[in-house]
Amino acid sequence: MIGVPAKVVVLGGGVGGTLVANLLAKELGREGRVTVVDPTGMHHYQPGYLYVALGQANGRWLVRDERTLLRREVDLAVERATRIEPDAGLVHLERGGKLEYDYLVLATGARLVPELVPGLREGSHEFYSLEGAQRLREELRRFRGGRLLVGIAGIPYKCPPAPVEFVFMVEEYLRRRGVRDRSRITLLSPLNRAFTIESASKVIQPLMEQRGIELVTFFNVEEVDPSAGTVSSLEGEKLEYDLLVLVPPHRGQQVVVDSGLGDPAGWLPTDRYTLQVEGQDRIFAIGDATNLPISKSGSTAHFEAPVVASRIASLVRGTAPNENYGGRVMCFLETGNRRATVLRFDYEHPPAPPQPNLIWHSAKWLFNRLYWETVPQGRLPEKMPVPIPTGRSES
Amino acid sequence: MATVNVDRSIDARGMPCPGPLMSLIGAIREGEVGNVIEVLSSDEGSKTDIPAWVAKAGHELVEVVTEDGFTRFVVKKAR
Ligand SMILES: Cc1cc2nc3c(=O)[nH]c(=O)nc-3n(C[C@H](O)[C@H](O)[C@H](O)COP(=O)(O)OP(=O)(O)OC[C@H]3O[C@@H](n4cnc5c(N)ncnc54)[C@H](O)[C@@H]3O)c2cc1C
Repeated sequence: MIGVPAKVVVLGGGVGGTLVANLLAKELGREGRVTVVDPTGMHHYQPGYLYVALGQANGRWLVRDERTLLRREVDLAVERATRIEPDAGLVHLERGGKLEYDYLVLATGARLVPELVPGLREGSHEFYSLEGAQRLREELRRFRGGRLLVGIAGIPYKCPPAPVEFVFMVEEYLRRRGVRDRSRITLLSPLNRAFTIESASKVIQPLMEQRGIELVTFFNVEEVDPSAGTVSSLEGEKLEYDLLVLVPPHRGQQVVVDSGLGDPAGWLPTDRYTLQVEGQDRIFAIGDATNLPISKSGSTAHFEAPVVASRIASLVRGTAPNENYGGRVMCFLETGNRRATVLRFDYEHPPAPPQPNLIWHSAKWLFNRLYWETVPQGRLPEKMPVPIPTGRSES
Repeated sequence: MATVNVDRSIDARGMPCPGPLMSLIGAIREGEVGNVIEVLSSDEGSKTDIPAWVAKAGHELVEVVTEDGFTRFVVKKAR
């Protein structure tokens, strides 16, 4: 016998929210009613921004109506959630409405906050939003050579490989345009290597050297001076640029802060295995919104969603939840010239990326093409054809 | 053992790289010149990363103490 359907509300219709909603609706059937809340009602395939900036794709391919990605039985409220009352099980919406929930999933992603760095908005470009990527594309078309600096204006940021991918791809782009020899490309890294993960840096750095891409380490961006054309670091360095591309600082969403659920930066303290928000039995978090010390990436959200769906379904049915998230992440890293490597890891196994090759580049393009028909619906095979290698313990 | 007064202590034990270093950088950003900041880290990489960063950024590494299962770095904000 079926009683009153359980009310599940999912905040955010991005990678994680869409998938968790579809999985839950399918799993619960008439035992649950799933509602997705998203202020735009549009779903972006964000990895595509990189291709837009480099003139390899146009924006239309990257955006779809969220409704078309959700199962018919999932409700969609095109609204911004403004506050959550965990004790009352209520979500307040911007236009005054309220939604009751038995279970809540926070999949609100990250917010770009360029204003945290003086001069960043006026002085630099980015490819972390569709508009930013389109502006950068125009700027790159006009670029006739000079000093190109690419950096990161705050940690954590989503898709950690993206700035490295960008320097490799822009190097190829400038070569094709015939302005490479008049350009100097530099990656500014906040750490003492090109990339957070040491094993990946060991693959990336020799390749950067081969391609004549410079690396400046320990450069934590402090300020941009657009009129002088300089960027300075907390470490006391000041560099001149002709074109500056910076990943803007990221923070959690305002709704998280205003509901008193997040840490000071707005990230949700989340249990690394159960994905429950700390101290909240009925609230889960996935994707970029969590405070988990793993990559903020679509693949993380994608591997977390089935865990949360399974745990909520168990709770609805009064059985003990038994699925845990093991920290699985898989990120491609494009190195240009039709080559890519891949980073596959979990909490126990650090990545051991292979030398960049055509196979992983092709796999990335296949994934780009298949995204809309597979990821939001949970149609990608749960077990990837390639297992996670057991690497040595490197940080 | 602790010979200096610590203005702020960060327990980054259990945090993977680059968490401990990034926490230190955050604290330096927020602190005043002369502040002493202590970071506890169990990440092996910190042993090279933290002293290297402190040197590059022009601060002072007051002490590095190996404790049971973690390292204590004491840093003074010099500028
Ligand atoms: C340039 C670039 C390249 C990338 N490349 C890759 C890649 O190759 N591989 C990879 O795995 N990942 C990649 N990513 C990262 C990936 O896109 C994100 O990590 C992923 O989208 C996170 O999913 P999410 O569901 O947590 O958040 P998002 O997909 O960002 O979705 C969050 C949703 O929440 C909604 N929202 C915000 N505030 C509210 C509110 N108050 N109420 C309700 N809804 C709200 C937003 O409108 C949005 O739809 C890339 C990102 C960028 C920018």
